[in-house]
Amino acid sequence: MEFRYIYRGLGVGVLGGLLAFVFARIFAEPFIQDAIDYESGRDEAQSALDAAAGHHAGHEGAEVFSRSVQSNVGIGVGMAVFGLAIGGLFVVAYLVVSRRYPDVRPRVLACLLAAAGFVSLYLVPFAKYPANPPAVGHEETIGARSALYVTMVAVSVIAMGLAMVTGRWLAGRVGTWNASLLAAAVFLVLVAVAMGLLPAFGHLASNKAEYGNFATETPQPLQAPDGRIVYPGFPADVLFKFRFYSVISQLILWSTIALGFGALAERLAAAPARRAGAALAEPAATEPTPTPAG
Amino acid sequence: MTTPVAQTDNRSITFPLTARRAALGLTALLSLLLLYFIGVDQGATSLFGSDTHIHEFVHDARHFLGFPCH
Repeated sequence: MEFRYIYRGLGVGVLGGLLAFVFARIFAEPFIQDAIDYESGRDEAQSALDAAAGHHAGHEGAEVFSRSVQSNVGIGVGMAVFGLAIGGLFVVAYLVVSRRYPDVRPRVLACLLAAAGFVSLYLVPFAKYPANPPAVGHEETIGARSALYVTMVAVSVIAMGLAMVTGRWLAGRVGTWNASLLAAAVFLVLVAVAMGLLPAFGHLASNKAEYGNFATETPQPLQAPDGRIVYPGFPADVLFKFRFYSVISQLILWSTIALGFGALAERLAAAPARRAGAALAEPAATEPTPTPAG
Repeated sequence: MTTPVAQTDNRSITFPLTARRAALGLTALLSLLLLYFIGVDQGATSLFGSDTHIHEFVHDARHFLGFPCH
């Protein structure tokens, strides 16, 4: 029984990931390339500064995969697998929640759950720690940044769960509409407190010591010892486009899951009922005939 | 002497492993494992030593999906 839902959830997840990949390949890859070009240019400028100061330039790490593999195959596989995983988590949540709300139509429930997933798994963590293109982010803080990001995701998902439980508990007392508003308020307060408590990436101790007091790790202009700017800061337009397209591709993925799974779940929910209806219809059709005779 | 203690109230809390629970648990677990490999592995932590093939292969997706990357 559940497997028919699970296969469909995984399927629409992969489909959503692939659609998001098509969008990413067309719209986002040019900006990812811009970011990588910025990084190489900046590294060259830094090497020139180091050479002028008499330091030996650090060697460049060997490429494991070429840019063409990364930007065509790698991102496609990565986003399809991400879609598969999100589809799996979504269908588990759907099967758990649909039992508690048997009166909600499958396609409505699928939309609500996908919205909750998009907001709690992606949008709220994004508000605190937005997606960064290559060149933004210091290699030595990857451990701290990963831990903080995963913490933010976990807090956000748990807060969403608590808000849903609260909403269900309040619905019988203040009505569904007011309970939903109060549940949303619970969610916002919980994630706002978490955002206030967690540090910004730029305020990590090692970043403050090395780069000064900045909220983010976005590269600042590179200055020569005499204060002259030899390489600009990271281009703001590239950063905006990358982040904006990141949000859109997640919207594509979650919308595909919401609408695709919703439609499939409607058909699944209707199928056994139709069979039961057919089984009932047969005796109902034969029964009336003997009644007038008797 | 022998006061009736709560002996009779000895029912265990059962959580039977039904097919449904197994299917849901396994799906969730495997999904989380996939998310880990796409988003985190070979950055902060690594299951296969200092190899970076997974990280480099899904590099663009990791950036674009919002996970921290080097």
